[in-house]
Amino acid sequence: MELVCPAGSLPALKAAVDNGADWVYLGLRDETNARNFAGLNFDQAALAAGLAYAHARHRKVLLALNTYPQAATWARWTQAVDLAAARGVDAIIVADLGLLDYAHRRHPQLELHLSVQGSATSHEAINFYHERFGVRRAVLPRVLSLAQVENVVRQTPVEIEVFGFGGLCVMVEGRCALSAYACGDSPNTMGACSPGRAVRWEETPAGLESRLNGVLIDRYAPGERAAYPTLCKGRFEAEGATYYAIEEPASLNTIELLPEFLRIGVRAVKIEGRQRSPAYVAQVTRVWRQAIDAARPGSGRLAPRAGWIAELDRHAEGSQHTLGAFSRPWK
Amino acid sequence: MKLLQLLPEAPPAHALALALNAGICFGLVARSALEPLQGKTVSLEASDLGTRVRVAYDGNRFKAYAGSAPTDLTIRSSASGFLALALRREDPDTLFFTRRLVMTGDTDLGLVVKNVLDAIDWSRLPLPRF
Repeated sequence: MELVCPAGSLPALKAAVDNGADWVYLGLRDETNARNFAGLNFDQAALAAGLAYAHARHRKVLLALNTYPQAATWARWTQAVDLAAARGVDAIIVADLGLLDYAHRRHPQLELHLSVQGSATSHEAINFYHERFGVRRAVLPRVLSLAQVENVVRQTPVEIEVFGFGGLCVMVEGRCALSAYACGDSPNTMGACSPGRAVRWEETPAGLESRLNGVLIDRYAPGERAAYPTLCKGRFEAEGATYYAIEEPASLNTIELLPEFLRIGVRAVKIEGRQRSPAYVAQVTRVWRQAIDAARPGSGRLAPRAGWIAELDRHAEGSQHTLGAFSRPWK
Repeated sequence: MKLLQLLPEAPPAHALALALNAGICFGLVARSALEPLQGKTVSLEASDLGTRVRVAYDGNRFKAYAGSAPTDLTIRSSASGFLALALRREDPDTLFFTRRLVMTGDTDLGLVVKNVLDAIDWSRLPLPRF
């Protein structure tokens, strides 16, 4: 099983490679990817250096082109596909049907991975992408139970990648309109959920307040754990109570499910966090490399080694972890 | 009052500005990456020491800032928090989640500062490693 790790900068890519990532995924400095934050991501020089570093160590590089082009900006996305093919990127992660079609026709040798943003959860949908565009791998949205993942794997020739660790979205990946509701810009087209320009932190007598375009997302008492300023993880007044009315801040951590992932034939696990620093990438990648190497197919739940969970929890949003939908009894 | 609070803020601010300018000089930081910082002021505050360091960027170089206007961006942590960030031992989001770091003011500027520092490839520094 392969380990797919995030990089928002060249040092993060090196940290991922040095600590045992099989694949590193990254984005360009524009809205063609879903972590379009100021100063983050790769310009052409950093991309060339990153590819050279990874390839010299026999690791692979993925370019995330996982946002949805608009009619007026279509060329920016196709140019990014052309760049990936010309520079020797090992595969691209794509969500948009038109862009998949473009990449498949123009660069038939370029490996295509279906992004989580494509929201394909059934083998029928995934097989369609395979038959039409030759998609080789699909990243499953974080909405399926383990039994449902197994069902998908069994009925598709497409390699299946699941999320292993990191920030969680509410269950409408690729279709979420919450940030757009508050800010006007859609993360699915502009590439940023809760863009920095709309976020303000303020220390008030009542506590640390986070606002998104003026909308109060949360107010933290002194010492209370904080979270990203996203609408889905805010506390709101609903029917007389103030609480996490949509989702609690928590990170996904599926390390104990690794033997099950191996048994059912999951091809790769992905670590979220291109917006994080090289320190996060190094520490999380190191733990996951050890865990994958220690896991044996179908041997029940993996007993985490001392320190693994504490090390991962340190980095978790809200500093707590969850198995998310994987643990649900849904079939 | 702590001793450090009695000391002038200017010398560490000059030192930080010098270090940042050296980073530009050595090509570790591209000027283009710093464009959003042009004309902006940044304050780093070590809450446990009760001290702060303020710098301004004029589009060309950093210099110590001693004005009375509030800075565009303020990053507050502990001395050990800043040290862990400088040594790349901690991720700022990790410190933020556990309330050991807070950023107020222009959030986009904060992202620029964080991401520009993250992108520095120290292996390119043309000096012996220490």
